[in-house]
Amino acid sequence: MSIRIAIAQCAPALGAFRRNVEMHEKWIARARAAGARLVVFPELSLTGYYLKDLAADVACAPDDPQLAPIAEASRDIDISAGFVERSADAKLRIAQGHWSGGKLVHVHRKVYLPTYGIFDDGRYFGPGDRFETYRWAGGTTGVAICEDLWHVSTPYLYAAAGATIVLAPSASPGRGVAEGGDLGTAESCRLMDRFYASYLTVYVVYVNRVGNEDGVAFWGGSEIVAPDGTVAARAPEFDEDLLIGEIDPELVARERARNPLLRDEREDIVLRNIAGRLGLPFDRRD
Amino acid sequence: MTNALARAGVIRPDPKDPSPLRIDEVLVRKMLVLFIREETAKARLRRAVVGVSGGVDSAVTAALAAEALGPENVLGLFTPYRISSPDSRAHAQEVSRKFGFTLEEVPITEQVDAYLKTRKEKVDKVRIGNKMARERKSIEYDRSWPDGIVLGTSNKTELLLGYGTQFGDMACGINPVGDLYKTQLRELALFIGIPEAIVRKAPTAELWEGQTDEGELGFTYADADLVLYHMVDRRLRPSELIEHDFDADLVNRIREMVRRNHYKRVMPLIAKLSLRTVGHDFLYPRDWEAD
Repeated sequence: MSIRIAIAQCAPALGAFRRNVEMHEKWIARARAAGARLVVFPELSLTGYYLKDLAADVACAPDDPQLAPIAEASRDIDISAGFVERSADAKLRIAQGHWSGGKLVHVHRKVYLPTYGIFDDGRYFGPGDRFETYRWAGGTTGVAICEDLWHVSTPYLYAAAGATIVLAPSASPGRGVAEGGDLGTAESCRLMDRFYASYLTVYVVYVNRVGNEDGVAFWGGSEIVAPDGTVAARAPEFDEDLLIGEIDPELVARERARNPLLRDEREDIVLRNIAGRLGLPFDRRD
Repeated sequence: MTNALARAGVIRPDPKDPSPLRIDEVLVRKMLVLFIREETAKARLRRAVVGVSGGVDSAVTAALAAEALGPENVLGLFTPYRISSPDSRAHAQEVSRKFGFTLEEVPITEQVDAYLKTRKEKVDKVRIGNKMARERKSIEYDRSWPDGIVLGTSNKTELLLGYGTQFGDMACGINPVGDLYKTQLRELALFIGIPEAIVRKAPTAELWEGQTDEGELGFTYADADLVLYHMVDRRLRPSELIEHDFDADLVNRIREMVRRNHYKRVMPLIAKLSLRTVGHDFLYPRDWEAD
């Protein structure tokens, strides 16, 4: 039985939290009406991306009353949305929460903070330190926020831990307008999505935002790539869109039967190799 | 997938190959129209004011603004000085007719000459040119009140070379064409329907009689753009460009112009004194939206 999901390819307002909560409620209602079991929002969907010093102003704890409307809306549809998390010890992190049945059930904190070129995440945020999978009605899932996905090890760790879905909420600025192809960034992202989906036999749910912030345009182009490498659904570039697609666990099973790369994966060798190189104690041979 | 790899593989620095400068005009047009529309709205404004000189840069800017905001929300200002050519006026009018925005003529001769008459010393032609550029901009800003944004028309070549007047033609609220080299801007211009006569004529700031950009600079935009593309966009060092047969004098000269004029591209420096200072560590986004 496939599970219907929705991608909210939206344009959050920069630093206007309450306005963004209202915007989320509208998209959630649309996704619910379309029969989706989950609606996924882009990175920092509740705050906007290029926050700079605003990061501290919009940050909140996961149980902050400001997030209550999102929790409330999740009673009959799961919601994955982005916010700035202020931890108990006052550290700021880029977070993606998953709300289900009226409760926050999982938070992923962005591990890889791009701080180069047009990015300055590392100046304003601290990094997350783990990649943990969690379960919801659609299956075992891992979240890779934007730059997390560009690191090959992220989807690898999730797939190795049993994930069949990688949710990739992003705020990807469009750049590279050379003739003879798509936007440069779009080509790179699609290559990545398709590669991970095919070779890790997982669903890659790439959720990018649209809109401009300080002259930078986020290009959209959200997509769901199936474990057989096909594009199950793709949103237009630069325009808002509620993208609907299906996640089919049977397709995962069929692809893994045909192509049992994950079954045969030697995590012990990977671990021993890395542990040895870093001088860590693991060196167990069975 | 293969396209991306093939394209990344074929870009080599070659002074005889201008193909790396080619752009996807459909994509660029869409991005720039959205940029003008969104950034104007985020500034809580709804009209655009463009100084329309009769040249290609301002023609493209005004045409994109008309597409983004509706021609009824674009005001073009043609601001001639007594040496401005009749061709410039004709071209400005042609663009206004074709893209449907209002064009007003506001001559600047009287006020510029009145000021110059008060000067006792001999005034260099560069100063006169700068004065004209700033006079024009003060009119654009005046006419933008209360709900208009002044659009910049400086292209990437001019910005990088510093070939413009600070707080004159370089001043603006937002600039849609500042990341397009002159060569790319001409390509976009033809695509969006700017008349060929405007696209092909010799670029000039008309700051004094007989002035052309390329005559004053001493090199062509085509040559400069290719050097700048490999130097800036592809991050090649001058020595690498020279190894790949780019003209050493041209490369060094351009590199020095980029360095020397960098001050024109950044906000003025503020002396750091307190614990939190504008421009240093008071860093909010410009698109700071209200709840």
